[in-house]
Amino acid sequence: MPEPIRPIAITAYTAVSALGTGLAEHLASLRERRSGLRENDFTDAPLACAIGRVNGLEAQPLPEPYGAYECRNNRLAWAGINADGFLDRAREAIERYGADRVALLVATSTSSIGATEEAYARLDEAEMPADLRRSEVHTPHSLGLFLERVLGTRGPCLTTATACSSSAKIFAKAERLIRLGLVDAAVLAGVDSLCGSVLFGFNSLELVAPQACRPFDARRCGISIGEAAGFALVERDGPARAPRLIGWGESSDAHHMSTPHPEGLGARRALEGALARAGIVAADVDYINLHGTATPKNDEVEGAVVASAFPERVRASSTKGWSGHTLGAAGILEAVITLLAIEHGFVPGTLNCEQPDALAAPRLALDNEKREIRIALSNSFGFGGSNCTLAFARGAEA
Amino acid sequence: MSALEICIEGVGFWAPGYPDWNAALAGLRESAAADPATPAKPSPALLPPAERRRAPQPVLLACEVAAQACAASGHAPDSLASVFASTHGDLIITDYMCSTLVSAPRELSPIRFHNSVHNAPAGYWTIAAHCHLASTSVSSWHASFATALFEAAVEACAEDTPVLLVAYDTESTGPLLAVSPATSIFGVALVVAPAGTRQPTLRLVLRGEASDAALPDGLPADLAALAAGNPMAAGALPLLAALAAGGRSRLSLAAGQPGTLDVEVDA
Repeated sequence: MPEPIRPIAITAYTAVSALGTGLAEHLASLRERRSGLRENDFTDAPLACAIGRVNGLEAQPLPEPYGAYECRNNRLAWAGINADGFLDRAREAIERYGADRVALLVATSTSSIGATEEAYARLDEAEMPADLRRSEVHTPHSLGLFLERVLGTRGPCLTTATACSSSAKIFAKAERLIRLGLVDAAVLAGVDSLCGSVLFGFNSLELVAPQACRPFDARRCGISIGEAAGFALVERDGPARAPRLIGWGESSDAHHMSTPHPEGLGARRALEGALARAGIVAADVDYINLHGTATPKNDEVEGAVVASAFPERVRASSTKGWSGHTLGAAGILEAVITLLAIEHGFVPGTLNCEQPDALAAPRLALDNEKREIRIALSNSFGFGGSNCTLAFARGAEA
Repeated sequence: MSALEICIEGVGFWAPGYPDWNAALAGLRESAAADPATPAKPSPALLPPAERRRAPQPVLLACEVAAQACAASGHAPDSLASVFASTHGDLIITDYMCSTLVSAPRELSPIRFHNSVHNAPAGYWTIAAHCHLASTSVSSWHASFATALFEAAVEACAEDTPVLLVAYDTESTGPLLAVSPATSIFGVALVVAPAGTRQPTLRLVLRGEASDAALPDGLPADLAALAAGNPMAAGALPLLAALAAGGRSRLSLAAGQPGTLDVEVDA
């Protein structure tokens, strides 16, 4: 088992999703149990499903200097980095440490493939239309190129694309870079936007629910796809009141490309890694933000892992009934939700779950619960059997 | 920035006409031409026969070079954490997905969809190798090789463990050729570990300045053409040439916008 790590401080964080823009709108949406899901109004071809769409991106072009990066995914990134003054906080850190001492670690599953889809829909004699003949938006690293330009960081910059675990894994990467003394801080960004590839792709796998997803409900029948941008600034040290990343665990299922290991072997290993690096045991955990996609298989396997590993006093929930499954952004969006839960002392419930699975039921919060949370976990599992669990701790009382 | 010191415990290589590291060494050291008798695509023994026939090119390439590097290092495939890197991902699948979304979105192939994720080669590899350790899949556009090498070195040094680095790019097609050019397929794998007793060793320093990275002089025509037609080959060949040449050398690899990875090689 790995040795415990020295915690790193999370000194700023924010998100934009179907719940709203910034922390206050996310908190209000969670508190009022107001789902961000709506009937699909995104695809031209009809597809009966619910989606977690961010309002207004169509009317928010990128500022002039960033024209080369123009696409829906980077618009969403721009909305995210400007929420709650995150951009200013990130620039202050870059100024304080020096641009080469700050890493930029971004995560996405589909990057700006929406722009490639659009180019194919508007081909001009088998060529991309001139306005979309921009290499910068047809690469998996589009988000990284854009944010590197915005921030001017000169430390390590790479895109992690491990499907739905992507933006959880960048927290682990940041901790390693800081532990080795290679950087003092890292800007973490996870952004995924709605596009035909994921809506019709998950539909082809028969994993999309016809209505809003129902995580852990016995009648669940698939995911609702959402979009989100999540940002976090992590630093070697920070004010005592700042929450900490205290552990992480990564693993591979080695089982199947698109269904989880039946006994949750990979999920269990990720969980054990996170607990060991945090130097805690399962009974120390107050809350778990579950991956909880609402596919029959994911929730069955994850529910069984949690039931076998944690005492019944531990509270767990899936927040995908609010946001939908935001794929490559899910890890960081749900980290942000977990940090809100820690800061405000409440467990968000599991929206749309009315008849919980028997195995998950004892630990599953259906309604929101007022509760002190000192230590919380967040699970993210992805295609290809890629798993990551993060462990967070509340900052010291002011 | 402080330096990372690693050693290379095994190398895997595949390019048309150069189906393994020994063939590449002959090319790099003795200007051996590509062998036209070698197969047009790799056929990794690790994959089940059905997958060997139908798996996408990046999966075949990644599994082939990964298995070669494991064998050369003496590490079992299930014992290594891994970093997979590609500049473009699978452009043939991207072309298929985008074309089908225009013509018949509801007829999208579920297998091709799950093969479209950037970590598909990592998924196939971990399944075939029965490896439950951490695996990541990354991209940094034209800095993908150096950035992934740095990431693998970070993981090796932070966790004090050998790490399998697998870097590859495959051909582009259709309208994508204009924006994401690639005309040949290439893959390389390195098992890297914290510097110890084994050779060769690399000392890596990342700095945030523009790189003057260049291809080494005197590459044989077939390998120069490979670098011109494949961004990962362009990124990796300077280091591979230094390893082939042996002895001590210094080189700079493009590692960001801007960014440079300075590498001191002791082979």
